[in-house]
Amino acid sequence: MPTSQTWLLRPLQERSTQIFLGVLFAAVALVTLLHLIMPEGHALHVSAYTVTLLGKYLCYALLAVAVDLVWGYLGILSLGHGAFFAIGGYAMGMYLMRQIGDRGVYGDPVLPDFMVFLNWDSLPWYWQGFDMAWFAFIMVLLAPGLLALVFGFLAFRSRVTGVYLSIITQALTFALMLAFFRNEMGFGGNNGLTDFRDILGFNLRTDSTRLGLFIATGIALAIGYVICRGIVTSKLGRVSVACRDAEARTRFLGYRVERVQLFVFVVSAMLAGVAGALYVPQVGIINPSEFSPLFSIEVVVWVALGGRATLYGAVIGAILVNYAKTVFTGVMPDAWLFALGGLFVLVTVFLPKGIAGLLQKRQKPDEDSNADPSKPKPQEATA
Amino acid sequence: MSMFEQLTNRERVFEFLAPEASPVDVRHGPILYLEDVNVSFDGFKAINNLNLTIDDGELRCIIGPNGAGKTTMMDIITGKTRPDTGSVWFGSRHNLLTKSEPDIASLGIGRKFQKPTVFEALTVFENLELAMATDKRILPTLTAIMKPEFRDRIDEVLEMIGLKQLRDKPAGILSHGQKQWLEIGMLLMQKPRLLLVDEPVAGMTEQEMERTAELLTSLAGKQSVVVVEHDMGFVRSIARQVTVLHQGSVLAEGTMDQVSNDPEVIKVYLGEEA
Repeated sequence: MPTSQTWLLRPLQERSTQIFLGVLFAAVALVTLLHLIMPEGHALHVSAYTVTLLGKYLCYALLAVAVDLVWGYLGILSLGHGAFFAIGGYAMGMYLMRQIGDRGVYGDPVLPDFMVFLNWDSLPWYWQGFDMAWFAFIMVLLAPGLLALVFGFLAFRSRVTGVYLSIITQALTFALMLAFFRNEMGFGGNNGLTDFRDILGFNLRTDSTRLGLFIATGIALAIGYVICRGIVTSKLGRVSVACRDAEARTRFLGYRVERVQLFVFVVSAMLAGVAGALYVPQVGIINPSEFSPLFSIEVVVWVALGGRATLYGAVIGAILVNYAKTVFTGVMPDAWLFALGGLFVLVTVFLPKGIAGLLQKRQKPDEDSNADPSKPKPQEATA
Repeated sequence: MSMFEQLTNRERVFEFLAPEASPVDVRHGPILYLEDVNVSFDGFKAINNLNLTIDDGELRCIIGPNGAGKTTMMDIITGKTRPDTGSVWFGSRHNLLTKSEPDIASLGIGRKFQKPTVFEALTVFENLELAMATDKRILPTLTAIMKPEFRDRIDEVLEMIGLKQLRDKPAGILSHGQKQWLEIGMLLMQKPRLLLVDEPVAGMTEQEMERTAELLTSLAGKQSVVVVEHDMGFVRSIARQVTVLHQGSVLAEGTMDQVSNDPEVIKVYLGEEA
């Protein structure tokens, strides 16, 4: 049993987190080395394209960890986490747009191209400040956090949970998608924000910047994972599980369930925002399609496939499914959704605890026998 | 002049200045006081002019046929249901009708549900840990550490409820009776002044019942305990003071012998069985 007194350091003494971080850092280091050292054309060379693709997977993995935190440990099935991801992405996109400066098609020193195109003569108030990196990076955390705070406050105070909450989160992201499609919103309408040039002074189109973003995403995933692990191994994490399994009982113990839910939900939304912010410079565009309900549901499928309430399962699920998606959409694009659906059904039937459940069964078959598969048992939460 | 003296009297503590979390005031005897409480659900009177007083340290059994309002009464005390009229006081200072469920819990009223509800995914130890009387706000909970004295307290309660061997097992694997004890243990961790126990022996074996009776009687005196129970044999084995509820109000009150010889009570119970 780890004995560190600080909640954030506790996971670092835990074997599963050490293994996770070790594998993650080794993988990031290996990709970096193969990209830098191997000559182009060599069989082991990792191209800049692949580096960016892997960076994208890591962003998805961070998003999946955020979803697993609220779904696996708090029992809140959010079908709208794509909204927080997209808002973080838009905050980053706004910064990148302001960095273009007068190099845009219309050459306006302040206004982004789409605003010139719409005949706007000045920058809307909510675009102010995004020329400064520190301000934009704070907004990456603050904007999704604030949305989650207001939304969560209203929902949890009224004790909306279960299916109803899932439907409302779905409606939230759908409403935001429709709103962001409108040109008058000032976020580039259906084209979104694109044509980025620099980030923090580095040219986004160079291989070294792409590698830097990939490494930054790896570090962000590691930090996000440790934060989540810190929460779920703390007493608050056990209270979350208590809220998940017996909400009324938790309330009678004197915990304010709605505040626990709100806190964890806001942390999760912020992590999703960071994932979105790292995603945008790597794919080079953010548009309202990231708000689409389908994307949010896909995230839930990653987590379910990987194994709920394990965190590392979410990472495995996100990376595997997206790798499969890349391969599949290359070979036969029309079959992808059927393949995803089939995979989901198969895993639900044969691996109710996902891929992570498979790993655990190998490790400790004796302890697993009495666990109820319908209720995810928080592994190592005993620490 | 007398008013001036009153205002300048430095020993006087104004009601509104008294700290909110002040201890329960039981100088006048009762720890729980319900007066003229009425609740109706869609026209059906679940509680009808209920008056009930529980003294500090008392072990009180509440019996009554199905639908007598026993569970509704518990709901009112713990803040889950708000009565239409009436007043509910905890000691002589805390008006429970103005407080939320977590507030009432932290004032020192613990409740055991009819159906045992423990956190099945957590271990027996963790169940007790969560129930411990500590700061239940978010950040203190996040940064909470397991101090040795907490561990001792949990082990002490584990001993009391006889689940020491199962300390690190998930509560989901416990038997029905063990879950009931764990839940009583969770109540004890809260160090409540008043324990509300809803049907503690439903579905228990004879031996389990005996153990439960021992446990509850050992608590009385230190805590006030209110037990709602159907099982007459069990009530007879622990009760000193019995209240019979019928159609939402008190039908009879007294010792078990007095109550079971009361013609009204016999009528209600036999009438139900016939």
